Amino acid sequence: MKVVLKDLTKIFPNMNKKIKEGVTAVDHFNFEIPDGKLVGLLGPSGCGKSTALNLICGLETPTEGRIFFGDTDVTDLPPENRGVGLVFQNYALYPHMTVRQNIMFPLENLKGDKKLSKEEMEERVQQAAKLVQIDNLMDRKPSEMSGGQQQRVAIARAVVKMPDVLLLDEPLSNLDARLRLQTREEIRRIQRETGITTVFVTHDQEEAMSISDLIVVMRSGKIHQIGKPQEVYDDPVNLFVATFLGTPAINVFEGEVKGEKLFISGAEVLDVKGARDGEVWIGIRPEGFIPEKNGPLTCHLNGVEVMGRDSSVVSTHPACSAVIRSIISTESDIDKNSETVSFSLKPFKVHLFDKETEERIRFEY
Amino acid sequence: MKKNNLKGWLYLLPALLFLISFMVYPLIDVLVYSAEEGYNSASQIFFGYGLYNYSYVLHDPYFLQALKNTFILVIITVPLSTGFALLISLALNSIQKLKDFFQTVFFLPYVTNTLAVGLVFMILFKKTPYSEGLVNLLIFWFGGQSVDFIDGPYWAKMFVLCFYTIWVVLPFKVLILTSALASVNKDYYNVAKLDATPRWRVFTRITLPMISPMIFYLVITGFIGAFKAYSDAVALFGTDLNSAGMNTIVGYVYDMLYGNSGGYPSYASAAALILFAIVLTITCINLMVSRDNVQY
Amino acid sequence: MELKKTDLEKVRKASATRTAIIRTLTYILLGTWAVMVLFPFYWMVLTSIKSYGSYNSEWIPKFYATQPTLENYYSAFTSVPLGKYILNTLIFTVVTTFLMIAVIVFAAFAFAKLEFKGRDLVFTGFLALMMIPNELVIITNFQTITNLGLRNTFTGLILPSVTSVFYIYLLKENFEQIPDSLYKAAKVDGTSDIKYLFKVMIPICRPTIVTVIILKVIECWNSYVWPRLITDNSAYFLVSNGIQEIRENGLGRENIPAMMAAVVVISVPLVILFLVFRKKIMAGVSRGGTKG
Repeated sequence: MKVVLKDLTKIFPNMNKKIKEGVTAVDHFNFEIPDGKLVGLLGPSGCGKSTALNLICGLETPTEGRIFFGDTDVTDLPPENRGVGLVFQNYALYPHMTVRQNIMFPLENLKGDKKLSKEEMEERVQQAAKLVQIDNLMDRKPSEMSGGQQQRVAIARAVVKMPDVLLLDEPLSNLDARLRLQTREEIRRIQRETGITTVFVTHDQEEAMSISDLIVVMRSGKIHQIGKPQEVYDDPVNLFVATFLGTPAINVFEGEVKGEKLFISGAEVLDVKGARDGEVWIGIRPEGFIPEKNGPLTCHLNGVEVMGRDSSVVSTHPACSAVIRSIISTESDIDKNSETVSFSLKPFKVHLFDKETEERIRFEY
Repeated sequence: MKKNNLKGWLYLLPALLFLISFMVYPLIDVLVYSAEEGYNSASQIFFGYGLYNYSYVLHDPYFLQALKNTFILVIITVPLSTGFALLISLALNSIQKLKDFFQTVFFLPYVTNTLAVGLVFMILFKKTPYSEGLVNLLIFWFGGQSVDFIDGPYWAKMFVLCFYTIWVVLPFKVLILTSALASVNKDYYNVAKLDATPRWRVFTRITLPMISPMIFYLVITGFIGAFKAYSDAVALFGTDLNSAGMNTIVGYVYDMLYGNSGGYPSYASAAALILFAIVLTITCINLMVSRDNVQY
Repeated sequence: MELKKTDLEKVRKASATRTAIIRTLTYILLGTWAVMVLFPFYWMVLTSIKSYGSYNSEWIPKFYATQPTLENYYSAFTSVPLGKYILNTLIFTVVTTFLMIAVIVFAAFAFAKLEFKGRDLVFTGFLALMMIPNELVIITNFQTITNLGLRNTFTGLILPSVTSVFYIYLLKENFEQIPDSLYKAAKVDGTSDIKYLFKVMIPICRPTIVTVIILKVIECWNSYVWPRLITDNSAYFLVSNGIQEIRENGLGRENIPAMMAAVVVISVPLVILFLVFRKKIMAGVSRGGTKG
């Protein structure tokens, strides 16, 4: 089922009661989640992504705007009538119930013609447990399970009702690194197998990039960019999106465009056809550097970290406030003992942004 | 939202009903009672409002006796029971063997019926025509003179009352202090040991400051509890405390309200409010002292 | 070198002796107080099994019973209505505790999980009421119950004993520790508030509720002042008043053994309750018991 958000806005009253003006957590959201897709809501903490999720599932009521599931307007429906499944960051399993009881709990609440017989319930619970591969742990209590297992139970509990929309709130952030990798594959698999439209919230861009069909990058309650992960990475609309996506992060330099040429600290580094003159932020992806004896961009070399397949060159440059990290193939030949290192740049890995508005400035290459 | 408002109040309703009828209303009413002069509970009429009830109570020799008894009881039992509880808790905390047994035994008085066990104390201390009582027997053994602790001289009666009060309040204090002591981080003691700190110094400089909030808590609640002493006295000396000369303020309130000398809710109210004022004052002083002295 | 070794030995020995002395003193102190605590219990059981005649013939009380007898227990139940007192106390305790739990569970839930206008204000009011001593309100309650004609009834005994602000506070704190996400999860699954309360919150907070029940039972079993004010018909006496009645009018002032038998009967239920739930009771009391 597709989910459509129209002008969705949520304003919370200010904690400080003297200030009348509320805090806008979600600011005029407009987007459509296509049926059966996995969408990642991505943003730094406090950007309103969890509020957006709560609005979709009905735990919060919007100040403005409408929410549609398919063609039905669900804005005024209470959560239980929306047909959503929700998985929490801390799993929110009932500690006093066994796995079986936890998964069955939502089914016991069904009323009217949706009511299930005991056998039907058992079967559904069994199915859900199989799906997340915990059918051998049915009589354990949550406290007797690992974090990863608890997360599976939480997912089973959310999908057992066969919801139209599955919502996951930071589903991986309470897991350790190894489990996180494993569980995110698992979420991807479950989503594919069930075909449930799924929205998940995360602050970890790698997580979002790796499993989403679509990502929504947001900050301070506003959507900045929506797109397929690779598209957003390759073609960010502004400096925030560019810096938020990618590890290691994009390297940001101060520079200037003069006569369709790009200068960093006076050195001409790239042809930028179509860009107008003026001061700019220059974002260069780590993989956008090519080491070259007489390359136009010369940096002070701090060191080279060899990481097997490729190396990471760590350097500094007066025009860049942070340490510059560039990823190059191990075969390239760099003198580790040299004081400096010079690069030429791959034009499609270089993004220009307006110094004032931080909006993208496009150029031809 | 509106629905939720109603629901919230609905859940609260039973509690509110009980509290308003049996706490809030009485609280206002007791102030009114205390100001109604010449109230007669049979005819339910009174002359007017004023402070006469307070003045009557403050001049009533029974009240003054009760006031004196209560103050003596408080001054003796609060420091003694707190200090003794501290001693016992320290001892409990320093042993491993039999610790559980001792803790269980020491807590026993908390769960017993004060009135019932008070009777046992009475027969232990009482002198009857048939027997001198066990305590007097012990006094004989040590070469002393027998005393009737229940119907005898004032100091003897006061001694029994204090002793029984301490016996009754100790379990709570020991329990609180034992858990406070157990929660002090053992690292402090280990560090102190490495520095060769003598025992008394460890006690005064580490243990005492660390548990000082709990001690003050016990002193404050101890004062409040001791000022409200009543059933311990009844257990030892019977319901007619006035004639035994062992009445307490709370006992005076109840006697004014009901019983042989009862039927004067106005005097009772005035006495209760005087008690409340005393307790409030002492508690405030305690809080001020503790704010200056609690180390963290 | 030689000298140092003996010095070391001396220091070790001295410290060992000191530790031993302190340990011995510690056990003596604890042992003495344990005897002080246990002795009244021993004495009441002992006296209760001495016959009336032998008790009164012992000018110097004996520490053992020459001819143990159970006749005192028989007379405690027959010559005074001790069984009735115990039954009354049971009824009073069960009904009061049950009512109180029902009232405080709903109130605590409203304070902890429901959001409604005026909640915080009412809660502050509740907290303020915690400071009000019982002695202050008992006067009016006595008048109220008397005017309603509820003296010598269970209704009159029970109603004012139901309220407990402190337990509402204790339970509210406990309810609040349950993560909010559980409530949200239940909402999404279509669980009503009342079902959530009974299926999730109460089971999770069962230890606290059990503690509150035990504390209230102890309080009810030992309550004296209110029953004394509100009942003068011995058909409605609770054990505390019963024992006082026995002492002053019942078995004859001097029938101490029978009196002690009654005391034993009254004390035993709570002592058993305590020994069974020892850990729970002590934990509960240290978390917020108030007595003395």
